[in-house]
Amino acid sequence: MTQRPPPPIDPHLVTDRSVDRLPRGLFDQRAAELSNLLATRPAATDRPPDSTRWQDEIIAREIPKGARVLDLGCGDGALLERLMRELGVRAQGVEIDPEAVFSCVERGVPVIQADLDEGLRRFPAQAFDVVVLEETLQTLANPREMLAEMLRVGRRGIVSFPNFAHWRVLVDLVASGRMPVTEWLPYQWYETANIHPFTLRDLLDWSHGAGVRLVSGYAYENGAVRTLDADDNLHAEEVLIVVER
Amino acid sequence: MAPEKKEEPRASPPDTPNSVGWTEGQTICLVPADSTLVLELGGSISPVTVEYETYGSLSPRKDNVVFIAHALSGDAHVAGWDRRATETGRTWRQKKPGWWDAIVGPGKAIDTNQLFVICPNVLGGCYGTTGPSSVDPATDKPYGLRFPMVTVGDWVNLHMRLLDALGIERLQAVVGGSLGGQQALEMALAHPDRVERAVVLAASARLSVQGLAFNAVGRYCILHDPNFAGGDYYDGEGPGAGLAGARMLAHITYLSDEGMHEKFGRRLQDDANGRQGGFGIEFAVESYLDYQGRAFVERFDANSYLYITRAMDYYDAAAAWGGGSLTEACRRIRAKMLIVSFDSDWLYPPEVCKELALALTQANRPVTYANVPSHYGHDSFLVETEKVGRLLRGFLAR
Repeated sequence: MTQRPPPPIDPHLVTDRSVDRLPRGLFDQRAAELSNLLATRPAATDRPPDSTRWQDEIIAREIPKGARVLDLGCGDGALLERLMRELGVRAQGVEIDPEAVFSCVERGVPVIQADLDEGLRRFPAQAFDVVVLEETLQTLANPREMLAEMLRVGRRGIVSFPNFAHWRVLVDLVASGRMPVTEWLPYQWYETANIHPFTLRDLLDWSHGAGVRLVSGYAYENGAVRTLDADDNLHAEEVLIVVER
Repeated sequence: MAPEKKEEPRASPPDTPNSVGWTEGQTICLVPADSTLVLELGGSISPVTVEYETYGSLSPRKDNVVFIAHALSGDAHVAGWDRRATETGRTWRQKKPGWWDAIVGPGKAIDTNQLFVICPNVLGGCYGTTGPSSVDPATDKPYGLRFPMVTVGDWVNLHMRLLDALGIERLQAVVGGSLGGQQALEMALAHPDRVERAVVLAASARLSVQGLAFNAVGRYCILHDPNFAGGDYYDGEGPGAGLAGARMLAHITYLSDEGMHEKFGRRLQDDANGRQGGFGIEFAVESYLDYQGRAFVERFDANSYLYITRAMDYYDAAAAWGGGSLTEACRRIRAKMLIVSFDSDWLYPPEVCKELALALTQANRPVTYANVPSHYGHDSFLVETEKVGRLLRGFLAR
């Protein structure tokens, strides 16, 4: 893991820089040691910004032909376009970004420009076979409400997310004492859209509590995708789960 | 963010490859003198002639038709240059092409190399389709206010007769902005089996209360003009001041405060000499509105303005098709729907356009809704041709 340069110090907050430098130097040194010990892959900065999303492959396999699919936070509509083309699904996207909405229209994907934080109140119950939340849940103001809404509106839910308990995230946090910045969480704390980071275990706790059944689960680790293992709270960088009531 | 400077969309001269070139309105008698068109509000009318324009070629299977519905002050002259502008006295068309020339033409967003575009003038208007300025066969004088009340539903009925007459069963799309958007919606509601796609730009299922109020003031100006003469002004001066006032007021509602600030600011027309005192045209915005008012009087009939704004007031898709529920109304729709709002539009604000999209969602219909960032207000659907063009091109593609 390469070390990021320490953030510039706000002179209004820190008057005595030597005080700050001491512990910070200590942590940075520890972080370097841990990284050398544990790192097996290139660091976050080496990742191509728009690499093909592994989730799309899985989702395409999980969705039956001709299904009604709602993609919440559908971005440029690439996934829905593919599902329409390959599986003849009846697609509906929701996306907040105007430029992404234009892309959806250009791809022929029906999309509503709306803020998911306003909820899904106007979507009728069980109107969709599958509701997809691909890398979106952790960006929402009220993730728990959205999960409930997902299974009100759809028979099945597919949720993919960066696992905040992945060892690299934990190491980064413990070693640097700063909010983790990794391949799947590539933003600084002040600019990240991931306002509700959570772990695989968090999501499984929710599913038990909400009486939701885990249909299948996948983990992404070291560039490979496999079905979810018992110890994946620590090992999965990314998780995709399929749930239903 | 710095305000984006933008010129009015540049017109394609008639001899350029992306212009539809010289155009000619065609007229067709859809309701002959021996029959009548029964109207939604109870009246009837006969005969009825419709003037319309077409661009592109109708495919042998007649399945490449895009119907464009014009707005309140629009007309059938959507694109290209009117060959008969001089002889028909529509001299304002000599200097510029049709109102959506930037969108409609060979290779443009509504591509006339592939599509057959048709746009008729509405019933009650003043551009060749029967309206209050037409001669009433019963009296041999212009109808004036004896013209029956017409509705958006009546327009759609009549336009379907036009399609029948041309042997067109199904529309690949109906596209309209503002009042034209309401016609597009009405067509999708009234004839679900004949409309494959509907595009509703800067419009929604009904006009807001504020919109009703603006229309009321516009009509007040016309009705109280001393030259209105109960609508029988065709031999005299006509209510020019009233119509100009109505247009000036309406024009303010088509722009946004931000857009006006950018275009005119508080600038004086004659900066060098400063404020004149008195009540002449002094501010740039005053001069602009004055010009818009006078230009409108040259090309529009005050009675048509009364009838068309009333049709706009009355339109309520939820009441007409859903017993008051827009969602129930939307269950009728089979067309793919594209609804577009513009974030600075305060005549049909984004929330009310989105409401239509959400009603479609609630009715379990797939829908596309886009809110285009723009500071051109309601006029954006005419001005933001690049963005609107992108949306149309994507949505109309098969």
